[in-house]
Amino acid sequence: MSEADVLRQEVLAPVADVGGPQQPLLAVRGLSKHFAVGGGLFGRGGVVRAVDDVNFSVDKGEVLGIVGESGCGKSTTARLIIGLIAPDKGEITLDGEPVGPALTLRELRRRVQMVFQDSYASLNPRLTIEETIAFGPKVHGIAPAVARARAHELLRKVGLDPSLFADRYPHELSGGQRQRINIARALALAPRLVILDEAVSALDKSVEAQVLNLLLDLKEELGLTYVFISHDLNVVRFISDRVIVMYLGEVVESGPVEALWTDARHPYTRALLAAMPSLDADHRTQEAPISGDPPNPIDPPSGCRFHTRCAFAEPVCSAEAPRLMPTGNERHAAACHMVDPASGHSRAPVASPEIQHAI
Amino acid sequence: MLAFIAKRLLLVLPVVFAVALVCFMLVHIAPGDPLVSVLPPDASAQLAEQMKRAYGFDRPLPVQFGIWLWKAVHGDLGTSIASGRSVAEEVFRAVGNTLRLAFLAAFLGFAFGALFGFTAGYFRDSWIDRVVTIISIAGVSMPHYWLGMVLVIVFSVQLGWLPAVGAGPGGWAWDWDHFQHIILPAVTMSVIPMGIVTRTIRALVGDLLSQEFVLALRAKGLNELRVFKHVAKNAAPTTIAIMGLQLGYLLGGSILIEFVFSWPGTGFLLNSAIFQRDLPLLQGTILVLAMFFVFLNLIVDVLQAAIDPRIKRG
Amino acid sequence: MTIVATDIVRIAVVDKARGYWTNVGRRLMRDPVSVLCAVVLILIALAAIFAPYLSLADPFLGSMIRRLRPIGTPGYPLGTDELGRDMLSRLVHGGRLSLLIGLLPVVTAFVIGTTLGVSAGYVGGFVNQTIMRTVDVFYAFPSVLLAIAISGALGAGITNSLVSLTIVFIPPIVRVAESVTTSVRGLDFVNAARASGAGPLTIMRVHVLGNVLGPIFVYSTSLISVCMILAAGLSFLGLGTKPPQPEWGLMLNTLRTAIYINPWVAALPGAMIFTVSICFNLLSDGMRSAMDVRS
Repeated sequence: MSEADVLRQEVLAPVADVGGPQQPLLAVRGLSKHFAVGGGLFGRGGVVRAVDDVNFSVDKGEVLGIVGESGCGKSTTARLIIGLIAPDKGEITLDGEPVGPALTLRELRRRVQMVFQDSYASLNPRLTIEETIAFGPKVHGIAPAVARARAHELLRKVGLDPSLFADRYPHELSGGQRQRINIARALALAPRLVILDEAVSALDKSVEAQVLNLLLDLKEELGLTYVFISHDLNVVRFISDRVIVMYLGEVVESGPVEALWTDARHPYTRALLAAMPSLDADHRTQEAPISGDPPNPIDPPSGCRFHTRCAFAEPVCSAEAPRLMPTGNERHAAACHMVDPASGHSRAPVASPEIQHAI
Repeated sequence: MLAFIAKRLLLVLPVVFAVALVCFMLVHIAPGDPLVSVLPPDASAQLAEQMKRAYGFDRPLPVQFGIWLWKAVHGDLGTSIASGRSVAEEVFRAVGNTLRLAFLAAFLGFAFGALFGFTAGYFRDSWIDRVVTIISIAGVSMPHYWLGMVLVIVFSVQLGWLPAVGAGPGGWAWDWDHFQHIILPAVTMSVIPMGIVTRTIRALVGDLLSQEFVLALRAKGLNELRVFKHVAKNAAPTTIAIMGLQLGYLLGGSILIEFVFSWPGTGFLLNSAIFQRDLPLLQGTILVLAMFFVFLNLIVDVLQAAIDPRIKRG
Repeated sequence: MTIVATDIVRIAVVDKARGYWTNVGRRLMRDPVSVLCAVVLILIALAAIFAPYLSLADPFLGSMIRRLRPIGTPGYPLGTDELGRDMLSRLVHGGRLSLLIGLLPVVTAFVIGTTLGVSAGYVGGFVNQTIMRTVDVFYAFPSVLLAIAISGALGAGITNSLVSLTIVFIPPIVRVAESVTTSVRGLDFVNAARASGAGPLTIMRVHVLGNVLGPIFVYSTSLISVCMILAAGLSFLGLGTKPPQPEWGLMLNTLRTAIYINPWVAALPGAMIFTVSICFNLLSDGMRSAMDVRS
């Protein structure tokens, strides 16, 4: 059987496009997930709002970066999209089809795949590389021989020689090699969207660059769309077309990568960017660097959740939660009272031009 | 801290209840009518009926359990069939001997275990370490009742230094006449906890010494004695937990040793209860021993929390 | 495609991949202590199994005039017991019951405990709470006490002592199985398998069992030594095997009074228990380190 034949297998072929290039591949509306914590026999239980009313969409063929400090809900969002945890509220739509009766979880998981951060924990130590990659296709009813051929083909695609790697075990490989295996595994079911959850964060810088290039090559070759989750802003800037910034389970700013880097509107985004180490004296900002740890997510601050760490906080900030407002630039929005002319914040813009629809 | 103790005390209640239930059920898993065990073999039908009512065996099981538990809480564990005395009284007389033996064995086991464990952990991979490892593996693999026999063969039969059986004349007293009787059983019993404590401490000390904070202490110029103090402090919580558990095992596991040495403790009592089918005595003895074990675990938990800042006391 | 060939890290020695257990076996074979223990155990087991064909003396045939002969008596290399029966023959024959009652409870407890523990760990929630809280109750008893209590209540006999020992060893195996399963279930390769669309049973079979059985197995082997000692201990108390069956614990009991006449013959059955127990312990330790794939 030639490689072309293998690819022609129904399950292994990419799912055909439905809505055309204008329709977003993924649309997330009002996504929320709250976790109950504590609440032992005598302890007072609390609720962590890990993800709270999150909205965004991903266009076909783009790379959407999600950034934020640890605990901001990035990873929970990823796991919600792929259905590893069930959302409390919200709707996930894939190319116009909402997840639910129209698009089953099993079908969703064929179209959306994920690469995890820990390359060791995400590979079954008892399975060979070939078995790991072939597992998904086999689950979807592909004959073992075909699934194996598929695994070999994918190994070549991620730059690993099948004759050397197919029969190896994860502990015999380096971190970079293992992450390539994880990418191959994610591609085994010919998904349209791949969620990369801190997928390069644990790698050495040199290996990281190789894997990032591999990801871009694969995206080009296979027509993939990525959601790229990371705390490393340099990497996000390198790979992403658009970025959303999350803070304590909420989206605080979103926009094209250049707009965000040159014209960040939310003080949190600016603080994040300012905290990036830079050797270039011209690029040193006068922005107050962010201080302290994020507040306790069990009991988030009232109003704007960032007001406890914000240099520009005013009474309105603790009283009222800001909504995501367009900044005027195309597709650039921020959830800050300083962007909303009607907020009453002293730094808010005076005049209000035509209000566009957020994002 | 007080809140932590209160919480642990509350959590121990369901365990106490379940333990009591298991002890109660012991009589009922015994083959045959539980009544048979409380009747003399030549009892008349009338006596049988009378006894049945007296013991409450005509009531449903949960009611029987309730009555039994109520009495047990008030110190009434029933009447021994063999001796006709109250079970509580019998157990109370025996438990002192068991406690003496267990505490002495624990003291020996912990002292030597700690000594061997620290030495082996400190001089990891040296010949001392290897010798200690062999001793500790032999200790935990030892059928201690057999070791007891061997010690009797050597020290009583062949050398004639120490008595082979019993606890000495009359009641217990701290004199040589009595103390010479406790030496062999206590040494025999100390072997298993010694092996386990040695193993645990050796592993703990070895791990701690390879950690960076020890390197930092040494880099700071602390002498070895001070480094050792730091290591000992860090090894203490786990060690205490292991020791508490082992003391509990000694209390409950003394039956074989008491059998070998005819030591008049709870194990000996248990043994006679089993072979005379004296089920109330069996039940009562096991209940008392299990309660000791439960509350020992409770004390260990509290102690551990008191000395280990990492354990949440909320 | 522009993936450069230099990305492919070639591993110098192309080691033909073997199954996981083959590798564990090979590592175990390289440990002299484990090999020695395995050989001793196999020899004892073979002797016990083929005892009837070894042309030994009749283990039941006593002689009133040849009681308690010392070790080295012509015709009785290990002497005779309190009823004049040949000790060598009784020790070899005794291995049959002693090994059986030392192994069977652990094997049964392994099967039951693994089923309960893996279910508790994988299903979680109410099932987990029910199983684990029940197990906690058995932890409130020291194991020796529990074995003797159940055995004592059920009455003497080999079946009853097997039952009581099995009950004693189920709770610790359940605890280990539950904790291993819970930790494996949370690993990302299980998430990745779920994300591949695999159902719970497939994930259990392919991804969970393979990773939890090893640790549970090794833990269970460490219990064999304890079980040997406890099982023989029950017989020693008269709760297990009944005379005149040859069994090491019972032999130790009946020879107890002989220590004043011929002490070293009386100590022989215990030496057998000790040997088997220490070999199982060392072998279990060896297996534990051989299974650590990262070492």
